Amino acid sequence: MSLDYTLLFKALRPETALVVGALAVLGLDLTALRKLSNAKRLQVAAGLGALALFAAVWLACSGPHGPAFGGVLIFDRFAIATRVGVLSLTLLALGTASVNRSGRHPAEYVAVMLFAAAGFTLMAAAQQLLVGFLALELASLSLYILTGFDKARPESAEAGLKYFLFGGMAAAFLLFGFSLIYGLTGSIELPEIAGRLSTQPPGALLMVALVMVLVAFGFKAAAAPFHLWAPDVYEGAPTASASLIASASKLAGFTLFTRILWTGFYPVAGSVSAMPVSAGWIPAVAAIAGLSMLVGNFGALAQQNVRRLLAYSAIAHSGTLLLGVIATGDYGVGPLFYYAATYGIAAGGAFGVIAVVEATGTCQKITDLAGLHRRSPLLAGCLAIFILSLAGIPPLAGFFGKFSVFASALRLGGLAGPVGWLVVLAIALSALALYYYLIVLKQALVEAPAPAAGRIIVPPFAATTLAAAAVLIVLLGIRPSLILSLF
Amino acid sequence: MNALPCTIYISFTGALLSLAVGRRSPGLARAVALASALTAWGIALFAAFKFVPDAAGPVSLVDYPWIPQMGIRYHLAADGISLTLVVLTGLAATAGVLFSWNVEQRTGEFFAFFLALIGGVYGVFLSADAFLFFVFYEIAIVPKYFLIAIWGSTNREYGAMKLVLYSFAGSALVLAGILWAYAAGGAHSFAVADMAQAAVGFSHGQQVWMFALVFLGFAVLAGMFPFHTWAPTGHVAAPTAASMLLAGVVMKLGAYGCLRVAMPLFPVGFLFWQPMIFWLAVIGIIYAGLIALVQEDFKFVIGYSSVSHMGFVLLGLAAANVRAVSGAVLQMFSHGVIAGLLFAVVGRMVYDRTHTRKLADLRAMSLYKRLPFAATVFVLAGLASMGMPGFSGFPAELTILIGTWQTAPWAAVLAAVGVLVAAAFTLRVIQVSFFGHADTAKAAVDVAPLPPITLAEKCGALLLLGATILIGLKPDLLLELIRPALQTPYFQAVLKGGAL
Amino acid sequence: MSSSLPLLSLIVFVPWVGALVLLFAPKLGAWSVRVLALAFSLSTLALAGIALCRFDPSAAGYQFAEGHDWITSLNVHFRLGLDGLSLVLLLLTGILGPLSMLASWRQENNPRLLNLLFLLLQGAALGVFLALDFVPWFLFWELSLVPAYFLIRLWGGPGATRAAYQFVIYTIGGSAFMLLGFAALFLATGTLDFTVLSGLASSGALATKLAALGGIWPNAVFFGILLGLAVKVPLFPFHTWLPSAYAEAPTGASMFLTGVMSKMGVYGFLRILWPLFPAALHRFAPGLLWLAVGGVVFGAFAAMKQTDLKRMVAYSSVNHVSYCLLGLFAVCSLSRPSPDAATAALTGTILQMFNHGISAGALFFCVGVLEARAGGRRGIGDFGGVRTWAPLFAGLCGISMFSSIGLPGLNGFVGEFLIFRGVWGLVPWAAAVSCLGLFATAYFLLTFWQRVFHGPKAGASESRFADLTGIETATLAPLVGLMFVFGILPQLLTVLINPLVTSWVAHLALP
Repeated sequence: MSLDYTLLFKALRPETALVVGALAVLGLDLTALRKLSNAKRLQVAAGLGALALFAAVWLACSGPHGPAFGGVLIFDRFAIATRVGVLSLTLLALGTASVNRSGRHPAEYVAVMLFAAAGFTLMAAAQQLLVGFLALELASLSLYILTGFDKARPESAEAGLKYFLFGGMAAAFLLFGFSLIYGLTGSIELPEIAGRLSTQPPGALLMVALVMVLVAFGFKAAAAPFHLWAPDVYEGAPTASASLIASASKLAGFTLFTRILWTGFYPVAGSVSAMPVSAGWIPAVAAIAGLSMLVGNFGALAQQNVRRLLAYSAIAHSGTLLLGVIATGDYGVGPLFYYAATYGIAAGGAFGVIAVVEATGTCQKITDLAGLHRRSPLLAGCLAIFILSLAGIPPLAGFFGKFSVFASALRLGGLAGPVGWLVVLAIALSALALYYYLIVLKQALVEAPAPAAGRIIVPPFAATTLAAAAVLIVLLGIRPSLILSLF
Repeated sequence: MNALPCTIYISFTGALLSLAVGRRSPGLARAVALASALTAWGIALFAAFKFVPDAAGPVSLVDYPWIPQMGIRYHLAADGISLTLVVLTGLAATAGVLFSWNVEQRTGEFFAFFLALIGGVYGVFLSADAFLFFVFYEIAIVPKYFLIAIWGSTNREYGAMKLVLYSFAGSALVLAGILWAYAAGGAHSFAVADMAQAAVGFSHGQQVWMFALVFLGFAVLAGMFPFHTWAPTGHVAAPTAASMLLAGVVMKLGAYGCLRVAMPLFPVGFLFWQPMIFWLAVIGIIYAGLIALVQEDFKFVIGYSSVSHMGFVLLGLAAANVRAVSGAVLQMFSHGVIAGLLFAVVGRMVYDRTHTRKLADLRAMSLYKRLPFAATVFVLAGLASMGMPGFSGFPAELTILIGTWQTAPWAAVLAAVGVLVAAAFTLRVIQVSFFGHADTAKAAVDVAPLPPITLAEKCGALLLLGATILIGLKPDLLLELIRPALQTPYFQAVLKGGAL
Repeated sequence: MSSSLPLLSLIVFVPWVGALVLLFAPKLGAWSVRVLALAFSLSTLALAGIALCRFDPSAAGYQFAEGHDWITSLNVHFRLGLDGLSLVLLLLTGILGPLSMLASWRQENNPRLLNLLFLLLQGAALGVFLALDFVPWFLFWELSLVPAYFLIRLWGGPGATRAAYQFVIYTIGGSAFMLLGFAALFLATGTLDFTVLSGLASSGALATKLAALGGIWPNAVFFGILLGLAVKVPLFPFHTWLPSAYAEAPTGASMFLTGVMSKMGVYGFLRILWPLFPAALHRFAPGLLWLAVGGVVFGAFAAMKQTDLKRMVAYSSVNHVSYCLLGLFAVCSLSRPSPDAATAALTGTILQMFNHGISAGALFFCVGVLEARAGGRRGIGDFGGVRTWAPLFAGLCGISMFSSIGLPGLNGFVGEFLIFRGVWGLVPWAAAVSCLGLFATAYFLLTFWQRVFHGPKAGASESRFADLTGIETATLAPLVGLMFVFGILPQLLTVLINPLVTSWVAHLALP
């Protein structure tokens, strides 16, 4: 095990930048900005935060490639792409946060957001169980804080508490699972674990360990039946936090767990490409995927609250992403990353629009979006792009994400096995999903605004990030090879 | 010829421009829309005029790699069938813009959605890659929702949602089928010709079920019985120009998909399902006609008549010989024009003025005296719809009947019954809507003069009438484009016997 | 032989050009409209006169033939041609067209549209009689329905809506099956040209090719085409649309409908069904013969029961036109008919087509005059002793009735006599039963004559009954004149058709 600290430092420069940035934000606010209004403090903090994020992106792109620190971290294409992705999504969430002028403790908010980002980037590169767990916890704890941040609303506190309890439980499961793995294989490095597992026959204990890991994965991904926290958290948390949870956290979580499952546990993967199904973690993932799609889509149908609708939509998308995880083994990680990244942009963007609308009133019920086309054409247009991308309408990125995941999943075995049937289920449910997405768009683009609702002026930073996100969705939808060619 | 892809680009550019200028000036938005529609149509006409058929297959217009990781290319190509339908689209688009000249509310957005829909439709007719085909097909779905939900009339939110969900469900089925075929064929390429090649090796079971998925998906959009229920509701709810496009062109997307994708890719599967398709087509023709006969809402009659006419198209496709399929494509063109005319009269000329579509109310208005131009146009359109010689429906129906005799004489006989039913409901609706007599016992109905027919409406109507009469008297203009396309190797597996 | 002048195309299209002129011409007074329309309508007679001069009855085949490529992908040509049969019908149309317009001279309600429709109708009828390829023939056949529909609908009586609807739907229904039949013919032979198809039929090739369809389908083709033609004639029992349609139509339209349009059906039998399907017609002729006889008898007896004069004449039309089909079916029902009897029957059929047009047209006009004088009433009991008020009218109407009864010396006699002579020599029982029709016709027409014109003054004619005006005389007198002319000199017509009939009889043997 070669412990090259220089390389490690070089590789972790983005994290360093983020932490330094967070500390700078905190420090500056504590000392120089005490007397200013909340809005001004927010502006400065957001500006500094954005700077830190840009720096981190640049550093991540120019960092070293390959394993670092003896295989504890790995900076392959997947990792670097995810790092850049989560940092951009955090930028998007920051733009969303910058709209909320009345929030208290703005600098702390931005700082915790940067910490969460640091956790995400570390999750992307982890190739060792403990580092992975550490990164996950760093991110999760930051997210719990961000969720419960709004002291003015009891829903926020409730959401934070729920998230914390669920997350804590999931973390416990994960740690226990990891310890079992260590016990069975004697290593915490993923490649070595795989090597050991390929020689051992799978036993009951291994299955237990896998199940536990999958429980944590399911929680992180908001997949059924571990999804129960998602609707309340998405509804109660401050909008920017929800944005971060929906976008960056999902991307980082999928990257980490895909790496754990495929790099570490591929010998006991099993298969669902044909009947009969061979045992392993893939059948379990397939079952979770199917359940998530059903719960997510049918749950969303009944929603009146736009945030809860987005939560259930997140659950449904997790189902499809899990299909992408299954296909990763044979067809690479391209479709999965593409889908997760573009889903993040769309979801984050949608929350961004909600945040702007909320700044001038309230935005909880779907009907609060009524008449958006008249109140702010920019917001209406951006929302249309984000929602249609979520629905999977070409030429937007969401469509191609679904398409490529379905294509690679079908290549596993056609319609002969459960994976094929899951694809058919996913396609069918996406037709169903269009209904509730159109309900949202109907309010925004068709209905007349409520009498009390006036024009919305979108702050420049938010406008830029939302427009950039929309453009990115269209661009990536038209030229997916921009991302696919990375893999 | 190589300017054909510009029809797509001009439409989308026009959509964006119209959106941009619409806020400031509705008149400018209209002008942009008309210019865009006319230019695209002009390109299409010119290309059709200059077209030289290639015996090997469609002529490639644009072909470069798009997503090499999945074997997807941006590949546009045109043959006689595509050209026929592209010309139809241009005509319907221009007429639609003319008939929407009076839209005052959110004009820019209206034309933006309208032109986006047109652009998607052009794209479908010109695609030679299954992925690209599907992308354009789906692009055309969302604008429909907004066109109906914002500017529609009766029950518009329900009608819009039903129409869009059915369309999307249909396209979901197509996606499943195409992806399955792509995966099973080795996942090399999405080019339609390549997929057909790969499908030769599929097992009988695979062909049967892949065909079922893809054909059913397209047939839903084509209004095949019993998946047609979205059509009358949706068309009634839609504003005039949207109904013209929906019934006139968008339903043809489904039939075109069946012809271009479903049938040649899975000929073995097609043979398996052929009897059932015959039955469903014939039932659609007669059943929809009978329903049209008892409708009390003017627009519903036209909506159901569209389903009945599309039944003829499906019948021609089911018969699967060169004669019948060329008749089906001709019928696609003919019905596109005629449906546009019918909806234009019902929606724009009558409803916008009388604010009622109930036949009982119209009966009392003696509209032939108050709107003579509309009455004449409607009578001519009705004659065309009945399949009267001299209009485009007649050569189409004759050709389909000849082709159907060859494969399934019983279906031809039932189709003739369908012609009779069509005559019955068309004549009834003409009679009641325009030529009713005011009941002498009742108090005098309001005989205030109705707003005169505008120049834009007259131009639109004459354009469509001219098209149907021109093709009625000289169907060779189109048949000479269509037949060579059907005799290329691509269609030979599914079409039996080239001589006819 | 085709001259440099496309005579037949002119004949067909000049009335349509007239219709276009009426459509687009600027403000014209009612009188100018009528005169203009009449001029265009008379063009047919003029051009037919030219054709008559240049016509050579003894030449076989079609004269003044014109042919242009039309729809190459369906091997369809725009072909027109004239032989003796078409010439006779051409003359009939040329006569009845202008007279129908004259009969509507007093119509104040939108005369421009009225005359436009008459011109369209005339052109379409001419097209049917001259076209020699199915697509143009069918085009004219179907298009003739449109002006007829509107004429009935817009200027007709109280029940016009339903009558017009029924008329059109029945006819289109029949035509749909005719179209179906021809689609099959095209499939089997690759052509829709009547001349080519009859050539194939006479050599037996057509039947063989159709047999390739297998099963019941060759017969289905025959029945489809039969149905389309039978509804138009009309052949009993497909006649149910006729009484209402003729009764509700305005006078001029009724004249043209009964005079010309019903002949389109009979013409179809002679030009299409018989040459193309001689064997099938022979096989089913006994049944068809019953139907023709049924039409003769039923038409006459139903007319007897009517109190509405117009309906009476309408049913009488069913009776008279069924005589034509009686003659044809009698010839077809024997595999070796005697040449004399066949010649008589066929000549009688063609003559009857012409003569019935003249006499029925006159009768409808007379009823129209009665109706106009009585303010819309036309029951047989609504009039009495008209003779005393209007002797000229009574005289001309009487002559028309006697022509319809078949009095020797008037034109109605010749056709009926020849048909009966022919049918008696071919299928005696049919002739015997049809005599019932003759008796019934005489009965109701004489009753009409007696009750309306003789006897005490009653009903509408109690107080005043104006005699014929100038226009009315101009309408009725030519018809009556023609009744005398063709009654005394039938050879004026027979000279045109004798060679044709002779050649038909010579080729009667089935292949």
